[in-house]
Amino acid sequence: MSDNRLEVRKTYKLLVNGAFPRSESGRTYEVVDAEGKFIANVAQASRKDLREAVVAARAAQAKWWSQSAYNRGQVIYRLAEMAESRHNEIAEAVEICEGVKAKEARKSVSRGIDRMVWYAGWTDKIAQVFGGANPVAGPYFNFSLPVPSGVVAAIAHPTHSFEGLVDVTFGAIAAGNSVILLASTERPLPAALLGEMSAVSDFPGGVLNILTGRVEELAPVMASHEDIDGLDIGNVSSSEHVDLISSAAGSIKRVFEDSGIDEATAVRRMRTFIETSTVWHTKGQ
Amino acid sequence: MTSSALRLVTPDSTGIEIPARRNLPSFVTESGLRTELKKLSGVDAVGAEARVAKLGTRSLKKETKKSAIDLAISMVDLTTLEGADTAGRVASLCTKAMHPDSTNPLVPSVAAVCVYPDMVATARSVIGSGAVHVASVATAFPSGRASLAVKLLDTKEAVDAGADEIDMVIDRGAFLSGNLLKVYEEIVAVKDACGTAHLKVILETGELVTYDNVRRASWLAMLAGADFIKTSTGKVGVNATLPVALVMLEAVRDFAEEYGEVVGVKVAGGIRTTKDALKYLVVVNETVGSTWLDPDYFRFGASSLLNDLLLQRTKQQSGNYARPDRFSGD
Amino acid sequence: MESLHSQLGGLQYDDAPESAAIAKIQSDYGLFINGKFTSPKDHKSFFTTNPATEEKLAKISQADAKDVDAAVLAAKRAYEKVWSKTSGPERAKYLYRIARLIQERSRELAVTETLDNGKPIRETRDIDIPLAAAHFFYYAGWADKLSYAGFGPDPQPLGVAGQIIPWNFPLLMAAWKLAPALAAGNTCVLKPAETTPLTALLLAEILQQAELPDGVVNIITGDGSTGAALVDHPDVNKIAFTGSTGVGRLIQQRIAGSGKHLTLELGGKGANIVFEDAPLDEMVEGIIDGIFFNQGHVCCAGSRLLVQESIADDVLRRLMRRVEQLRVGDPMDKNTDVGAINSAEQLARISELTATGEQEGATRLTSTCVLPSKGYWFAPTVFTNVSQSHRIAREEIFGPVLSMLTFRTPEEAVQKANNTNYGLACGVWSEKGSRTLWVAERLRAGVIWANTYNKFDPTSPFGGVRESGFGREGGRQGLEAYLNV
Repeated sequence: MSDNRLEVRKTYKLLVNGAFPRSESGRTYEVVDAEGKFIANVAQASRKDLREAVVAARAAQAKWWSQSAYNRGQVIYRLAEMAESRHNEIAEAVEICEGVKAKEARKSVSRGIDRMVWYAGWTDKIAQVFGGANPVAGPYFNFSLPVPSGVVAAIAHPTHSFEGLVDVTFGAIAAGNSVILLASTERPLPAALLGEMSAVSDFPGGVLNILTGRVEELAPVMASHEDIDGLDIGNVSSSEHVDLISSAAGSIKRVFEDSGIDEATAVRRMRTFIETSTVWHTKGQ
Repeated sequence: MTSSALRLVTPDSTGIEIPARRNLPSFVTESGLRTELKKLSGVDAVGAEARVAKLGTRSLKKETKKSAIDLAISMVDLTTLEGADTAGRVASLCTKAMHPDSTNPLVPSVAAVCVYPDMVATARSVIGSGAVHVASVATAFPSGRASLAVKLLDTKEAVDAGADEIDMVIDRGAFLSGNLLKVYEEIVAVKDACGTAHLKVILETGELVTYDNVRRASWLAMLAGADFIKTSTGKVGVNATLPVALVMLEAVRDFAEEYGEVVGVKVAGGIRTTKDALKYLVVVNETVGSTWLDPDYFRFGASSLLNDLLLQRTKQQSGNYARPDRFSGD
Repeated sequence: MESLHSQLGGLQYDDAPESAAIAKIQSDYGLFINGKFTSPKDHKSFFTTNPATEEKLAKISQADAKDVDAAVLAAKRAYEKVWSKTSGPERAKYLYRIARLIQERSRELAVTETLDNGKPIRETRDIDIPLAAAHFFYYAGWADKLSYAGFGPDPQPLGVAGQIIPWNFPLLMAAWKLAPALAAGNTCVLKPAETTPLTALLLAEILQQAELPDGVVNIITGDGSTGAALVDHPDVNKIAFTGSTGVGRLIQQRIAGSGKHLTLELGGKGANIVFEDAPLDEMVEGIIDGIFFNQGHVCCAGSRLLVQESIADDVLRRLMRRVEQLRVGDPMDKNTDVGAINSAEQLARISELTATGEQEGATRLTSTCVLPSKGYWFAPTVFTNVSQSHRIAREEIFGPVLSMLTFRTPEEAVQKANNTNYGLACGVWSEKGSRTLWVAERLRAGVIWANTYNKFDPTSPFGGVRESGFGREGGRQGLEAYLNV
C-alpha cells in the first residue's frame, strides 16, 4: 500500500442495543492523543442516550441470564478470542491514547485479555462458589442461588484505557448482569474497539452498551436512574462519591467504590452485583 | 364503593355449608373413578403436618376441657380385637361401655363396643337394646385377604348376630395397584350386605402411606357409600395420626360440600391419652366444625384411651389426680 | 337430607392465658454500655407500652449523642483491647453460652416479648425465641471456622458495628444482627426499636450472665435521633439496618463516602402465587401464614395474593372461611392467632392505606372477629378486585391486610409478581415441581418459598434485592456482612 494513500478514518459512535448510533444529541467531542494531536471526533452521549441504553440493557439482561452459564462463558471467551486476534490494533490504540511505549501497551492489552479469559471461566463457577444448599432444621430442600442484580452502570478507568475497563465490564457481565459502560472520556478508542468486537462475538444486543462522553454529565444520571440496579464508581474521583452514592440511594443501588485491579478486588466487585436468591421447597411423600 | 367494610360472612355462618343431598354420579367404570379422584387436590405433606402441629398447641382449659373430655368419652368405640378374646372379656367390656365409671352416673356411655364377628352375639346380649352400639369388624379383618364371598358372609353373620355397625377393610393391594373399581365394588357390595347397619370403611392409611392416597381412598370410599371412613385396623405399624385425620376430615368436608352427604371419621389405633384425643377434637373443631363434634360423625377406636379420659375427667372435676386403679381395667 | 351448616370453632376455648408475672419487668431501665447499665436518672426517658392494653410497661432511657458516643467508644475499646484478641474458639464458646442462656430463659423472654410487642405468645414461644437461640448456636460454630467460609484464608472483622433493628421481631432481629457480628469478631452497638426495647435489655442481662467481656455488645435505647447519631458516629465501621426502605435510603445517603460498610434489610410487597394445581388446603394455610403471621408486621409478608383465575372463587371462599376462624385478641392467650398492632402510629398507617383501597375501588372483606376495646387492633382483611395500580397492591402496609389479584399464565404471574420496586420474598404454590422452579428462577426476590411461606432458619440467607435492600442475614452469606472481604 502506497504511503501517500489517504487513510480511511473511522467514525467513533456509541454502542447501544447491539447497534452503533451517534448521540441523539448530535454532539461530539474531540479526542486527542497523548501529544495533543487530533485523533477523532467521538460521540458525546447525552442523558437520553443513557436512557436508551438502560432500556436496551434491561431487556437484554433477561436474555443473557436465561442462557446457560456455560454458554455465557463461551461468549465472553469468544470476545477474548476476538481481542486476541486484534491484539495489535488494540495495543496501537492504547499506545496512542495513553502515550505509553508499544511494548508496554502490548503488555497491558495482554493482561486485559487474560483477565477476560479469567472472567469467562467464572460464569459457571459462581453458583457453586457463592451459592449452595442450606441445611435448615425442617423438611425443606433449601438452596441459595447467586443471581445478577440486573443492570449495572460502570465508569471505566480514566487512564488505563483497555485494561481498566475489563474489570468494570466483565465482572458484572460474567455474573449475568448487563452493563452500561462509560468509556474513558479522554481515551475512548480501546473501548470503541471492544464494542466493535462484542458485536461479532455472540453477545445479545444490549448486554454490553458503551457510551462515550463526560463523566461529570453522565455519572450523576447513572446514579439517579431508578432502573439501574448497580453502580461501579471506583474509577470516579472519590470527591464525587458522596453525591453519587446519595443519589444512588434513591433506588437502593448496589454501589462499588474501589478501583483496584487485583483479583481480590475483582471478586469483591463481582459479588457486589450478585444477589443471593434462596429457594425453599417442602420435602414430603 | 361503600366506605364501611363489607362483611363477607356473619359470625354464625362461619363454617361448612352442606347443601341438600345431591345425586352421586354413577362411577361404574375404572376410568370414571380415576377421573373423579384426579380432580382432588394434592396434599403437601409438610404443610399438612405443620398444620396439625400448630393445632396441637391449642390449650384447652376449664369448662372447655371438661366438656371435651365428656365428648371424647361419648365418641369412643371401646375395642377388643384379640385372638384371646373370650365371652367373659367381651361381656365385661360391654358393661364398661355402658357405664364407664360405675361410681358416677354422670359419665356418658361410649359410642360403641367393637369386637370380632363371633363376639357380636355376646356383646348384643349384654347391651340389649341399650344406646351403646355394637360394632363388628368384618371382611376378613385386618388384612382383607379373602374372596368377596367370604367377606360378604363375614359381614352378614355379624349383622345377623346383632351388629349395627360394620367396620370393613378395603383391599389395599387393589388400591395400590390401581384397581379402583375392585375397591369400589367391594365397598358397594359390603354396604349392601350391611342392610341397615352403618358401614365404616377402614382405609388402613399406614399401608396407603401417602396423604394423596389417603385423600383419594377417602373419596373412593365415600362415593361407594361409606357412612364412616376409618383410618386403621390397629394391626399394622402405623395407625391413626393427626395429619392423616386432618386429610380425611378435609375430604369429608369437601365431600359434604359437593354431594350434601355427611360422612363420619373414625380414628383408630395408638390413641391412648386424653391429650391425644383432645388434639383430634381440636382438629375436628377447626377443620369441619360442629356437625362432626358428635358421636354420629366422629369416633375414637381405642381401648386404653377410655381410662385415661376417666382419670383426667376426675382430675378436672375434683382438682386432684386420681389413681388409675380407681377405674376398672376393662 | 336438609341443607345444614357446620359451625367451625363450635367448641369454644376457655381463656388460656400465659402468666404476665413471668416477665419480671423493671420499672425503669438504663442503657447497657460497657457491660453495665447506666442509671436511668441520667437520661431523658420515654415509656414502652403494651399495645394490647395501652398500659405502660417500663420507663426507657433515651440515648442522646453523648450516650451513643460512650457506647461506640466502649465498643471500639473492647474491639481493640479484647475482642479482636479473643480467639475464634473462645468467641464461639461465648456465643454458645448466650444461645443456652436464651433457651434457659425462653419463657421469660417470650412473655416479655409478647407484652412489649403485642404478638401472640404462641409465636414468641414457638418461633421468635427458639429461632433467636438457634441463630446464636449456628453462628457460634462459625466463629472458629471463618477461614472455611469462602472469604479467603484469614478474613478480618470490620470493627465496630452499629445495628439498628425494628419492632416486629425484637429479640430475633437482635440475634440476627449480633450473632454473625460477634462470630466474625466485631463489637456491637445495638439500638432496638423505640416501641420494643425490653427483650434487648433482657438480652443485656443474659450477656452479663454469659460474662461476655465489657463493651463487646452495647445496647442503647432511643428513637430515630439515637439511630441517626449511631449512623453518623465516625468510629462506627459498619451499619446494619433493618426497617423501612425510606429510612434505609436515608442511611445509605448519610454514610455516603464515609467508608462505612452497609447492609440493609428493608421493606417488601411479597407475592404469593397460587397455581390451579396447588395443594389447596396447605395453600390456604400458607396464605394465612403469609399475611397474618405476626399481624402482617413482616417485611417478607405475602401481602399480594396472585391466584390463577380458574380457581380464584374457590380460593377466596376457602380463604375467607379460614380468615373468619382466626382467633384475634389477647396476645397472652395461648390460643390467639393474631395479636395487637404494635403501635397507634402503625395502626393509623394501616387504616389509612386500607381506606385508600376502598376509595380506589377494591372490595374489602373483613373478619367479623370482635376486637378488644383497649389497645391497637386491626381485623384481618382481604381485598379483592385489586388491580396492579392500586396503592394497596404497591405499598407495604405492614399489617394484616391482603390484596388479591388474579393471573392467567405462569408468565403473567411472574410479570405481576415482579412489578414492584421491592424484591424481598415470594411464594409459589403448585404440585408441579418443574413449573415451580421455572417461576422461582424468574422471580426477583431474595427468598422464595415453594409450598410454604414465612419459614426462617439460621442457615438460610435472608434479604432482598432492589429496594428491599442488600446484604444477607443467615447462612454463610450472613458472615460476609461482618467481614472485610
